[in-house]
Amino acid sequence: MKRIIKLVINGKHYEDAINDNMLLIDYLRHAKHLTGAKKGCDGGECGACTVLIKGRPRISCITLAASCDGAEIETIEGQAINGRLSALQRAFHEKLGTQCGFCTPGMIMAAQGLLRDNPDPSKDQIKTALGGNLCRCTGYTKIIESVQAAAKASSEPAS
Amino acid sequence: MNKPIKSHAAGQRIPLVDGIEKVTGKAIYTADMETDDCLVGRILRSPVSHGRIITIDTSRAMALAGVKAIVTGADCPHTYGVIPIAMNEFPMARDKVRYRGEPVAAIAACDAATAQRALELIDLEIEELPACYTIKEARAPDAALLHDGKEGNIERDVHNEFGDITAGFNNADLVCEETFDCAEVNHAQMEPHAALADYDGERHRLTFHSVTQVPFYVHLTLARCLEMDTSQIRVVKPFVGGGFGARTETLNFEIITALLARKACAKVMMRLTREESFLTHRGRPQTQVKIKLGLAKDGRILATECETVQLGGAYAGYGLVTILYAGALLHGLYDIPAVKYDGYRIYANQPPCGAMRGHGTVDVRHAFECLLDRMARQLNLDPFAVRRANLLSAPTRTLNDLLVNSYGLAECLEKVETASGWNERRNDLPPGRGLGMACSHYVSGAAKPVHWTGEPHAVVALKLDFDGSITALTGASDIGQGSTTMVAMATAEVLGVDLARIRVVTNDSVITPKDNGSYSSRVTFMVGNATIEAAKNLRHILISAAAKKLDCPDEDVECTGETFWVRGSEQSMLSFAEVAQTALAEDGTITVKGTFTCPPEAQGGKHRGGAVGSTMGFSYAAQVVEVAVDADTGQVIVEKVWAALDCGFAINPLAVEGQIEGSVWMGMGQALSEETRYVDGLPAHASLLDYRVPTIVESPDLEVHIVESIDPLGPFGAKEAGEGALSGFPPALANAIADAIGIDANFLPLTPDRLMDELTKARRAARRKEAS
Repeated sequence: MKRIIKLVINGKHYEDAINDNMLLIDYLRHAKHLTGAKKGCDGGECGACTVLIKGRPRISCITLAASCDGAEIETIEGQAINGRLSALQRAFHEKLGTQCGFCTPGMIMAAQGLLRDNPDPSKDQIKTALGGNLCRCTGYTKIIESVQAAAKASSEPAS
Repeated sequence: MNKPIKSHAAGQRIPLVDGIEKVTGKAIYTADMETDDCLVGRILRSPVSHGRIITIDTSRAMALAGVKAIVTGADCPHTYGVIPIAMNEFPMARDKVRYRGEPVAAIAACDAATAQRALELIDLEIEELPACYTIKEARAPDAALLHDGKEGNIERDVHNEFGDITAGFNNADLVCEETFDCAEVNHAQMEPHAALADYDGERHRLTFHSVTQVPFYVHLTLARCLEMDTSQIRVVKPFVGGGFGARTETLNFEIITALLARKACAKVMMRLTREESFLTHRGRPQTQVKIKLGLAKDGRILATECETVQLGGAYAGYGLVTILYAGALLHGLYDIPAVKYDGYRIYANQPPCGAMRGHGTVDVRHAFECLLDRMARQLNLDPFAVRRANLLSAPTRTLNDLLVNSYGLAECLEKVETASGWNERRNDLPPGRGLGMACSHYVSGAAKPVHWTGEPHAVVALKLDFDGSITALTGASDIGQGSTTMVAMATAEVLGVDLARIRVVTNDSVITPKDNGSYSSRVTFMVGNATIEAAKNLRHILISAAAKKLDCPDEDVECTGETFWVRGSEQSMLSFAEVAQTALAEDGTITVKGTFTCPPEAQGGKHRGGAVGSTMGFSYAAQVVEVAVDADTGQVIVEKVWAALDCGFAINPLAVEGQIEGSVWMGMGQALSEETRYVDGLPAHASLLDYRVPTIVESPDLEVHIVESIDPLGPFGAKEAGEGALSGFPPALANAIADAIGIDANFLPLTPDRLMDELTKARRAARRKEAS
């Protein structure tokens, strides 16, 4: 069965006919060519596909696209503003919160969800928020430092 | 000594030059390259562990609309394997299957659903044979043999002895022997395997993208298995989501994807599931290590004897090298006058093992460092003191003729001893808390390549063109470790130009020079040196051009940053652009190259297997681990880790920290929770929920210290940084647990259930002792 869904991705409005069983990650990657969200597992295990749905971090590989009708979706591709990195992107880049980069889009989106709710998270709050996002390269030390640096940068007035 | 005196780029904390792509989602990995014109590849895998293939009938599957090609073992009669003398695997099984999940056929179809339906229409008949799954089963006299002529299912046995073992043990004040059992582990790199093959039916050319760490091996293997001329194949490595050794060997799905593309004359995307990525395996084998040490009262090691048995899985793969490494790197960390090693690599009906970060050394180092700690305790020596009693002094050669050219272990020990507050805190910790330590080392690249062609080990080309930009061309495979950034930095350092002037183009066989690939931590050392030579050659050309323009001899030209002038007269400064223009005026586009070849003295001894372990420089590491152990549940919490690594010189301290943190943490995963498990050959771990890699929640604070011993041969003095610290973690943890709760465990991983068994045993023994 196909149905028509309307949704907003990174500020752009779309109206598409999709199969009922289409997963959000496949819709993003194949229909919209937004390949930032990654498939690192066979469903809901690694967090590499994390996007924001209505501002909340969600695992797009176990979310039906049809369930996002009317929703606003944010992906890694929409994080940079006017060609400039977001605070989190800049911190992950400068602090080496990314090595191979495969988990990075999901990691940044999960962290973005956290910082929206809690602009000044403790280390434990960062760990809890990113607990579903696996990274195999960094040992997480520099990921935590990246999120802390982004929180700090965002709390300081722009110079 | 090559260390930069006034550093321009080397030694600076530089974010990855390809980091922007990674944080913006623009980095394209193999699976991201699927286009509408791609066929979808799927693999049919053996449902049994061991069996004889009676029939594979693909006619019903081929008749399904949308199926474009089917390949089976019949389509490739050629073996493949990473070691030229030990290739015994077919991309798809012929005659026999030897593990559950071994590929037997594959389909390319117009979409995934069709490919999946077609898989179910292949009629596969297999006569099941008896199988063996454990070291004991495989070595039993009546065990079913996996390979003809391999009695006892022994793939390889290696034996060597250096120094006077008997005298060593006779002179020792304390001799102890223990046997350790370390579970098999998997790389679990975040990116599942994928390959994209595009076969041009008109020109009979193949373009191949893959997740490989060594595109050059893939290139050679595709040529061999497809019977194609290498010149008709192009191999490109896009961004790769981690490797850790999993992708050093060419893997079966890569060859299968190419076979499908050729048969269909089309473009085929093969994306393996996470389960299939686990089945492809090539991880660290289950290893039993029997280790014996003889110590003098003052802690000096007088002899060691080690027997290692590795359960290598169904095919040879890297086995020969892994079992040799396990013995070779008994040497090189400490000064030991007598070393005996016996290694056995065993076949069994499970997915083949291979190279994994710390290749061959990790489980042996674990056993060694655990036993050394226990014996130090018996001799009433501090763990640091016993290590200090056995330090080498560089330069030296080990008993097995390995070159040790720089050696920062003493400084590593000092750093972590001080930082952890070892002396003040160790005897003053509350119950259930413990501190443990261990040392480790690793090669900076294998000094002898697998394919001995006489070529240099690394070649880097630089291009300077009319626009004033410098392009570095390298086949070095960045898999997240930052090699692309290293090449840019080394170029900028030698030339004194801004990093922004440099772009690095990597891993396209039609553009970039051949490189031996990312394995055995070779890239910084070898490619770094080749880059330095290339940049020196370019600098020489620029200086000559400046001299011409300034009308002075070459040696009078001064150059810093991006300006050139005559020494002593700073009035007529030339910009980089002006000098580049002058240089280009005569010959046009300038291309230079640099190469690196390992010096013969680093290439190992003459004894059998002597090339394995040989390297230009070893990294050295020491670490201290603090744990809290719950004696009621066996739960181990790693509170903090202090790690110091001698990487020679940190060309990019930011990246070096990242490598040390990542490798220590990966050692922690193996020590705490990671293990592959099979039930009659069926993986029970083949997901990221069942294969327990540590999450951010249980990951401790890691404090990293960089030690710089300035290696005489290393680029700017640098050595490797990405593997050496790994093998120190598991023993440091085990030693900390012993300190915390008095349990000496002889297994990995140190899971709560296993530790509870040990605690229960210890309590029973204590009660018995009390009662008697």
